Amino acid sequence: MTPHQPTDPAAGTAEPLVEVRGLTVDFPMGEETVRAVDDLSFRLTAGQALGIVGESGSGKSTVAAALLGLHRGTGAHLTGTVRVGGIDVATAPVRELRRLRGGIAAMVFQDPLSSLDPYLPIGDQIAEVHRIHTPQVSRRDARQRAITVLDRVGIPDAARRSRSRPHEFSGGMRQRALIAMALACAPRVLVADEPTTALDVTVQAQILDLLHDLRAETGMGLVLVSHDLGVVASSVEDMLVMRGGRAVERGPVGTVLKFPRQPYTRELLAAVPRVEARRAPMAAASALSSASTGDVLLEAAEVRREFGRRKDRTVAVDGVSLTVARGETLGIVGESGSGKTTLGRMLVRLLEPSGGSVRYRGHELTGVHSDLQMVFQDPVSSLNPRRGIGESVADPLRAAGNLTDMEITRRARELLERVGLDPRWYHRYPHEFSGGQRQRVGIARALAPGPKLIVCDEPVSALDVSTQAQVLSLLAELQRDLGLALVLIAHDLAVVRQASDRVAVMRQGTVVEEGPADTVYDAPDNPYTKALLAAVPVLDPAEAALRREARRNGGGLLRASAG
Amino acid sequence: MTERFTGLRFAAKRLVGAVTVLLVLSVVLYALFYLVPGDPAQLACGERCNPAQVAQVRGQLGLDEPAYAQYLHFLQGVFAGRDYSTGTSLQHCAAPCLGLSHQNDQQVTALIVAGLPATTSLAIGALVVWLALGVGTGLLSALRRGGVTERVLTVLTLAGTGTPVFILGLLLLMAVCAYLRWLPFPSYVPLSQDPEQWAWNMLLPWLTLGLFESAKYARLTRSATLEVLAEDHIRTFRAYGVSERALVTRHALRGALPPVIALSALDLGQVMGGAMLTEQLFGLPGLGRLLVDSVRSVDLPVVVGVVLVIGTAVVIANAVADVLYALADRRVVLS
Repeated sequence: MTPHQPTDPAAGTAEPLVEVRGLTVDFPMGEETVRAVDDLSFRLTAGQALGIVGESGSGKSTVAAALLGLHRGTGAHLTGTVRVGGIDVATAPVRELRRLRGGIAAMVFQDPLSSLDPYLPIGDQIAEVHRIHTPQVSRRDARQRAITVLDRVGIPDAARRSRSRPHEFSGGMRQRALIAMALACAPRVLVADEPTTALDVTVQAQILDLLHDLRAETGMGLVLVSHDLGVVASSVEDMLVMRGGRAVERGPVGTVLKFPRQPYTRELLAAVPRVEARRAPMAAASALSSASTGDVLLEAAEVRREFGRRKDRTVAVDGVSLTVARGETLGIVGESGSGKTTLGRMLVRLLEPSGGSVRYRGHELTGVHSDLQMVFQDPVSSLNPRRGIGESVADPLRAAGNLTDMEITRRARELLERVGLDPRWYHRYPHEFSGGQRQRVGIARALAPGPKLIVCDEPVSALDVSTQAQVLSLLAELQRDLGLALVLIAHDLAVVRQASDRVAVMRQGTVVEEGPADTVYDAPDNPYTKALLAAVPVLDPAEAALRREARRNGGGLLRASAG
Repeated sequence: MTERFTGLRFAAKRLVGAVTVLLVLSVVLYALFYLVPGDPAQLACGERCNPAQVAQVRGQLGLDEPAYAQYLHFLQGVFAGRDYSTGTSLQHCAAPCLGLSHQNDQQVTALIVAGLPATTSLAIGALVVWLALGVGTGLLSALRRGGVTERVLTVLTLAGTGTPVFILGLLLLMAVCAYLRWLPFPSYVPLSQDPEQWAWNMLLPWLTLGLFESAKYARLTRSATLEVLAEDHIRTFRAYGVSERALVTRHALRGALPPVIALSALDLGQVMGGAMLTEQLFGLPGLGRLLVDSVRSVDLPVVVGVVLVIGTAVVIANAVADVLYALADRRVVLS
């Protein structure tokens, strides 16, 4: 498919497609340098698939970028060798490097919205890169090629949609378009950096299935970079676990996931929430006892919320009724756009319902109430970057206005300690903390007014799995000690199961199924719930293959839900 | 179908907005005029008029009427036309009539029409110069970022922004016409009369105004281009082997254009209303000179007329900019 390198006599059947030996990447940061990748080696023979797994900061994306020589000219310092398709990435002249990029190894990036040019039609963007690697092709033929690959990745009505711009595509379609762009260049290996992280679970399953099919069809290799062990388990044969820039463990996926040898891999695996695992009995016990008393704390009756007017009107929440009892956790799951965040905000009256009512202890809410608090999704943007974390926690206490300054400071320090932070960090700023620590600050702030109920909107979706587990156990602990009721909103089905007594499944603004967590997960009634559960990636490669088969045969609903 | 509908609605909205803006502008001008010290009748009549003569002139010009009545007559003239008696004869002024000059009884509309060719010539030519020079320099310094070229260009554009237009024009005049004698001192020749002479004579005004404005555009283009170059989609195309030059010209420039378009529209509108300094310096009989002269002699009808033309030009240029903006970035919805 791609001509061999005349400069390299070794390029032949013997040489692997990708060979990384002793790769070290240093980023100069002011005075010091940060080592992102440290003495990493791996190889990939043609047609193979390798998964690189690690938490944020492990250097996995840096490795992916190094495969295409994307560090050139950025100031990063590389040592060791990277050879892709017989080309030495470090020393190759620019012209050859450009031929490698896309032509031999094509990259699929994480965020499909920002990764496409917002100003140009998608078909033109694909045609442009196609023509770079096959210059003899005419403009018209390149456009035709773009339509062909868009059609191949499952974009309906590809000829017409090729003239659309990225903002007119859904997230899943954009990711398909990015894969189509890679396909257009007929590369020998696909480098996918978190290709499904921004997507809903059903769309993620479709994209992973697509990658699987394309590999089977074209025989191209795959380097899949992901933080999600489940994604890797279902898509590759070999895997590499990275931590702090180093390879911790490597081997066939089945072996590494079933019999991890390194403690870090074991920790990582243990932290992954399993959708099939029941809730830990200890956490559930206290909650059940109080939940069974049927003491209703918060009740939503037929709440609706519309946005926009007249023709632009969309119904975000369409008549949802639910109750939250004292001390229980209600999980709300749903894909993006299902209305779960809008519902959560209405429950604490940060948002006024267009219809229906929200009652707290039998009284209708007319505004925010100090007993009802909220923890937000993004711990970066939900804290004021110009104020110390202690000040952020103290704000609700000041607003209450019944404590002296000294008492407020003391209480804020107590709260920081309560969520596992050092009270001496009172005057530090948010950027000095990790994502998990920032989320702890968010929780401390929510605890400050002494609430009875906290709505947590995607509290752990921005965190690594090990941090996720810590934050979730903190929430469970607070619930047990303080008798809090929690509403846990998340798109991750396993996270919700791990932490909830009852679960409500939302789709297009309505609750399609509600019940005790175990009932909903083990014996789902609604076909949509079933489809959601079937799309969750599993850690067992054999099981993953079976599910893929099942999706291929009976995936009507999944495809329909893709929109 | 829906697209055409939004287009129509956009045009209608813009039209209503423009008329409102112009009406408000004219009211403000009339109000200001009554606050300005100095008697227009005295000024129109001349130094040696006795009070009786001044009163007569005042009656002829309609200045003895109350302010609101004068304004209503003005509006009547704009929409229906009106008649003026100039002592001995009767003059009909057809709609849109902006009144008669207090100085020489000429129709304001005629004065403006006479000034338009010179101003339009200057504005369009300068626009071409500043876009070509400004965007070109901006792109070049974005492409060569960190290099000597960029540093030289940065200094040049900084000097450009810092030099007042009359200094720049004087320097050009002295260099090109006085010392080097490449060109004769410019005097305006209408395009309809002799296109070649028109172009040669306009060259220096174009360069002066264009150079002055281009510094701003170079800086804007450079920063906007660099901003787009840092975005994720540029990384995508770099990872597919697109050359750095194509990244800038094909992808980054497109993202940098919207602010350039918006600013051009504003500047073009302003220059259409008369680049006073440039027109004055090169003796161009344009709207800028007309405005300066009429303000000096408190010639209300002319001032109002010229300012309304400026307002119209700004409003039209902005509407055009919005459409261009939406064409450049399809995520923008006209509303």
